[in-house]
Amino acid sequence: MGMTMSQKILAAKAGLDIVRPGDLIEAKLDLVLGNDITTPVAVKEFDKFGFTKVFDKDKIAIVLDHYTPCKDIASAELCATAREFANRFDITHFYDVGTMGIEHALLPEKGLTAPGELIIGADSHTCTYGALGAFSTGVGSTDMAAGMIKGSLWFKVPAAIRVVLTGALQPYVSGKDVILHLIGLIGVDGALYQSLEFTGDGIGNLTMDDRFTIANMAIEAGAKNGIFPVDDQTLAYMKDRVDREYQIFTADPDAEYEGEVVIDLNQLKPTVALPHLPSNTKTVDEVQGMRIDQVIIGSCTNGRMEDMRVTAEILRGKTVAKGVRCIIIPATQEIYRQSIVEGLMEIFIDAGAAVSTPTCGPCIGGHMGVMSAGERTVATTNRNFVGRMGHVTSEIILASPAVAAASAIAGVLVGPEDSPCATGQGQSTVSYR
Amino acid sequence: MTTGTVFRYGDNVDTDVIIPARYLNDPDPAALARHCMEDIDPDFAKNVRPGDIIVAGRNFGCGSSREHAPLSIKACGVTCVIAKSFARIFYRNAINIGFPILECPEAVDGINPGDQVSVDFDSGTIRNETTGESFQATAFPPFLQNIIRHGGLLASIKAEEV
Repeated sequence: MGMTMSQKILAAKAGLDIVRPGDLIEAKLDLVLGNDITTPVAVKEFDKFGFTKVFDKDKIAIVLDHYTPCKDIASAELCATAREFANRFDITHFYDVGTMGIEHALLPEKGLTAPGELIIGADSHTCTYGALGAFSTGVGSTDMAAGMIKGSLWFKVPAAIRVVLTGALQPYVSGKDVILHLIGLIGVDGALYQSLEFTGDGIGNLTMDDRFTIANMAIEAGAKNGIFPVDDQTLAYMKDRVDREYQIFTADPDAEYEGEVVIDLNQLKPTVALPHLPSNTKTVDEVQGMRIDQVIIGSCTNGRMEDMRVTAEILRGKTVAKGVRCIIIPATQEIYRQSIVEGLMEIFIDAGAAVSTPTCGPCIGGHMGVMSAGERTVATTNRNFVGRMGHVTSEIILASPAVAAASAIAGVLVGPEDSPCATGQGQSTVSYR
Repeated sequence: MTTGTVFRYGDNVDTDVIIPARYLNDPDPAALARHCMEDIDPDFAKNVRPGDIIVAGRNFGCGSSREHAPLSIKACGVTCVIAKSFARIFYRNAINIGFPILECPEAVDGINPGDQVSVDFDSGTIRNETTGESFQATAFPPFLQNIIRHGGLLASIKAEEV
């Protein structure tokens, strides 16, 4: 019996020839990540137990992105704690306001994540880097502290579900629709304690930004990680970003999977998740016309360059509907700058959208778009739990940037013109065994 | 052995309702405890007493990686969470801060809100004192028991160093 891609990376990092699902192993880490919410808790524990060294100042990334630029005194104190720690140990990859971006868009962009690497982050969406063929997973603050101290961590080796993607997506259907569809199919604990291993000839038709979005939301199906094979597109992405050596792993042909899902990308329609679970999915044509108050386009899920471009394509020459607030947040400074160079910012502002410096802000109801009682937002973020973006009676509909932008103009939930919802194509049928 | 009154919840209790992100700017456990479970059970923080137990369905603690979630529950004086299953980051976080959690679907189905429940952490035995029924939770592997016995991951690493 062979090993999955995830299992092979874990085995290599643990110095073992073979690992099996359920094995408890200690594995070496290539990168340890924390943000302004989770790092201070890690620092407190680190100091409480009197540790005085970090394992490698070049293999720790601290990104102040959640409540920043600081929304209040309490969050400023959190950043001060993280900043002091970064200075104390001369942490190489410390990103503060001005250079920071949303961590899971920023780290790949800066070349800090590479295929075959083992990455932990005190942020649940750390699973994003599986798009590059890395094993990356979210952990808590104590794990972050332990990782910074030892450079290794305990893992339970996960079993896996194979997700076979075939065909190609239709216009205005994107990685977000793929992952929402998958979560709708298997549920928010459908991959609990497991890896989601993506495979199939459809992967070649997905852009890197699509893959980042898909891997990013693996956690929303309960998965430990989501992982893509490394192909020419991955290598092209790595070029000019990473000059260190990295290893490419592939799943064994006889690897065992506990389940298999097959998704024909041709058949997918723009998909949304209605309140209050990411698995509460519908195709847009089933639910269009729902009243909305706000649109948020950004986050670690959908604040990348392609997301900005499709948003601009739909907003060009149009105006955000009266009564709707539209906030667009490029995920990093590079994406922000490129959006200016390409003239996208002008389109956003002319359409009546607000544009913000990078921040996680609204996704967690932190700042920049918090909702009042009974309000409803179409968001390109990743979670629509009760109270996540504001008042406990407010609602979040998760959607792709194309659906969010089209809805901003219409003032109600709709799919973009020329997408399969408008043309009547697509079935969104799949098999799950 | 511990005995307490049960607060009973359903499936997919997420970390945003355990401790909403709007309160994460103050990570002091006592401050977090004041808002624990606020968006699913506004009276929880007022009604919970030291020694009480949370019992819930599948996928408890899904969502964000915030360790503030088990910290806030622990700071309320809750002695353990019994669930049908736990989201994996919550599972790790609870072990890493030395907070006991038990997976036992049968017990969850056999316990109602307000029941008196006893838990023997060494044996994993759960007894519903109200109904007299007993259940057996899955035991943690020795490696994880060792972390819990030390009171958490960093304490166990420190102990290895000495």
